[in-house]
Amino acid sequence: MATTEAQDQIIEEFAILDGDQEMMNFYIVELGQKMELLGEEYMIDDNLVKGCQSKVWLKSELTGDKVKYLADSNTAITKGLVSLLIRVFSGQTPEDIISTEIYFPEKIGMSRFIGTQRSNGFLAMIKQMKLEAIAYRVVLENQN
Amino acid sequence: MIQASVLDIKEIRTQFPILQEEVNGKRLVYFDNAATTQKPNAVLKALEEYYHHKNANIHRGIHTLAEKATTAFEETRKRVKSFINATEAEEIIFTKGTTESINLVASSYGRKFLKAGDEVIISTMEHHSNIVPWQMICEEKGAILKVIPVNDNGELLLEEYENLLSEKTRIVSVVYASNSLGTINPVKTIIKKAHEYSAVVLLDGAQATAHLDIDVQDLDADFYALSAHKMYGPTGVGVLYGKRDLLEKMPPYQGGGEMIKDVSFEKTTYNDIPYKFEAGTPNIADVVGFKYAMDFVDEIGKPNIHAHEMAVYDYAVEKMEEIPGFQPVGIALKKVSVLSFLIDGIHPFDIGQMLDARGVAVRTGHHCTQPLMDRYGIEGTARASFSIYNTKDEVDVMVDALKRIINFIK
Ligand SMILES: Cc1ncc(COP(=O)(O)O)c(C=O)c1O
Repeated sequence: MATTEAQDQIIEEFAILDGDQEMMNFYIVELGQKMELLGEEYMIDDNLVKGCQSKVWLKSELTGDKVKYLADSNTAITKGLVSLLIRVFSGQTPEDIISTEIYFPEKIGMSRFIGTQRSNGFLAMIKQMKLEAIAYRVVLENQN
Repeated sequence: MIQASVLDIKEIRTQFPILQEEVNGKRLVYFDNAATTQKPNAVLKALEEYYHHKNANIHRGIHTLAEKATTAFEETRKRVKSFINATEAEEIIFTKGTTESINLVASSYGRKFLKAGDEVIISTMEHHSNIVPWQMICEEKGAILKVIPVNDNGELLLEEYENLLSEKTRIVSVVYASNSLGTINPVKTIIKKAHEYSAVVLLDGAQATAHLDIDVQDLDADFYALSAHKMYGPTGVGVLYGKRDLLEKMPPYQGGGEMIKDVSFEKTTYNDIPYKFEAGTPNIADVVGFKYAMDFVDEIGKPNIHAHEMAVYDYAVEKMEEIPGFQPVGIALKKVSVLSFLIDGIHPFDIGQMLDARGVAVRTGHHCTQPLMDRYGIEGTARASFSIYNTKDEVDVMVDALKRIINFIK
C-alpha cells in the first residue's frame, strides 16, 4: 500500500467520527492499544524521540529494501498518534518514506493535537522516522 | 463585604463573559485558575475605557490626558497598598509579574548584600521562578542555596527549617501558597524565625493573594511578590512590595527613563522609590485595569471567596474518591483550592487531553515545580484549581468525564 493510500484510509476512518473530539481521543487510544509494541528492552533513553513532551521510544529495522518501525509511549494518546505514523511509514522503502508528505492530521481535524506542545512532538516523530529512513537509504546505496 | 451564605455564584458567573464559551461543542469548565484566572467585566471595561478616554504616557506630561492617565495609574498603587496593607504607597513597585518581582530582589538586593559563603533559604515546593533567580545570584556571589524539605502530605518541615537557619542566612524566599499542592505555608512563623537571624524574607504570593487576606505588616514580610493575572486582573502586571528602608538601600534594577532624577555623562542621580525601580514606560493600561480586579475581590470578600472555593474543593475530593485509582497529591491541613491528582495507570497528559474533549480545562505536567515532582518521584500531575466562579455542577462534569475515560481505558 502506498503512503498516500494509508493516509486516505485513516482520513476515511476518522470521517465516521464526525469531528467528535472525545470519540477521536478514544479511537486514537484504541489504535495505540492494538499497535505492535517495541519490546521493553528497547525502551531505553537511546531510543527516545527528542522533542516530545511525553516519552516516545522508536526503533526501526531494514528488511530487504523495506523499513519497519516499532514504537511505544508512556501516554495512551501519543501511543495512538505514533501508531498512525507507523501505519503510513512502516513497510515502505526509504525513498518513499523520505518523499512522503504527511497530510492526514489536518484532514481528520487533528491539527489541535498538533497545535502547541504536542505538535512539536508529532513533528519530532516524523522527523526521526525520516532520519532513520535516510540512514537506510545510504545502507542500500552502498549495497548496490 | 457580603455574607458567604448569600453569595450568588450564578450572578458572579455572568460577570465573566468567557464562561459562556464552548470548547469542543461543550460548555467550558475552567479549572485552570492557578495558572491564570478569568477576568470580570469590570476589568475588561476598564481596559477599554482607558484606551478610549485616558491613554497618554504617565508622569511626564502636563496636558490633561497625561494627568488622567497618571492619576489612574497611581490610584492602582494606592489600591494595592490598602489591598495588602502596606504602610505607604511608595512601597508598591509595579513589575510585569511575580517572576520579575523576585528577579528584582535577587538582582538588586542579592547583588548588593550577598557575599561568598552567605546562605539563601528556599523550599522544595518553590515555583521555578523562586528557584532560578536565587541559583543565578548565588552562583555569581559564591553564596549557598539551602532547601527546606517537605513531608509526604506536602507540608514544610519547620524543624528542618530551623536547623538550616544560622548567622550565615541572609535571605529566605518561600511560597505562601503552593501552586502544585495548594499548601498554605506558616509564613508568619517562617518570617519570625528568619528575623531572629536578621535575614530578610520574600514571600511568593502569586497564588495566595487571590484567596487569603494579605497583611504584609502583620506578617512582617520584607518583600512580597504577586501577579495581577492570578487574581482576576490583566496579564503583564505584578507587584513587588518592599519595606521602605530596604528598598531605599537597594540599587536600581534597570536603568532608563522614569527612574532618574538627573542625568549627565559624569553622574546620574536616581529617583526616589518606587520610581527608582520602574524604568521605562510601564504597562499603564493593565495597571489601571488591575484596580478593578481588587475591587471585585474585595466586594465579595476574600474569606467568602476562600470558603466558596474550598467547598467546591471538598466536594471535588469527595467525588473523586469514587474514581478507582484516584490519588491526590498534596493533602496538607491548610490549603487553597488546588487539587493535584494522579489516576493509576493513566498518564496526566492523557487525562488533560481527554478532559479537554469534554470542555474541561485542567493543567497537566510539573507546574514549573520540577524539584517538587522529583521529591515525590513523579513526572507531573493533573491539576484542577478552583475559583470563585466554579461550581459543584462543574465538578460533576469533570468527574463524569473521568469515569468515562477510566471505563474506556481500563
Ligand atoms: C507559586 C507561583 N510563583 C510564581 C509564579 C510565576 O508567576 P508569573 O508567571 O505571573 O510571573 C507562579 C505562576 O505560575 C506561581 O504559581
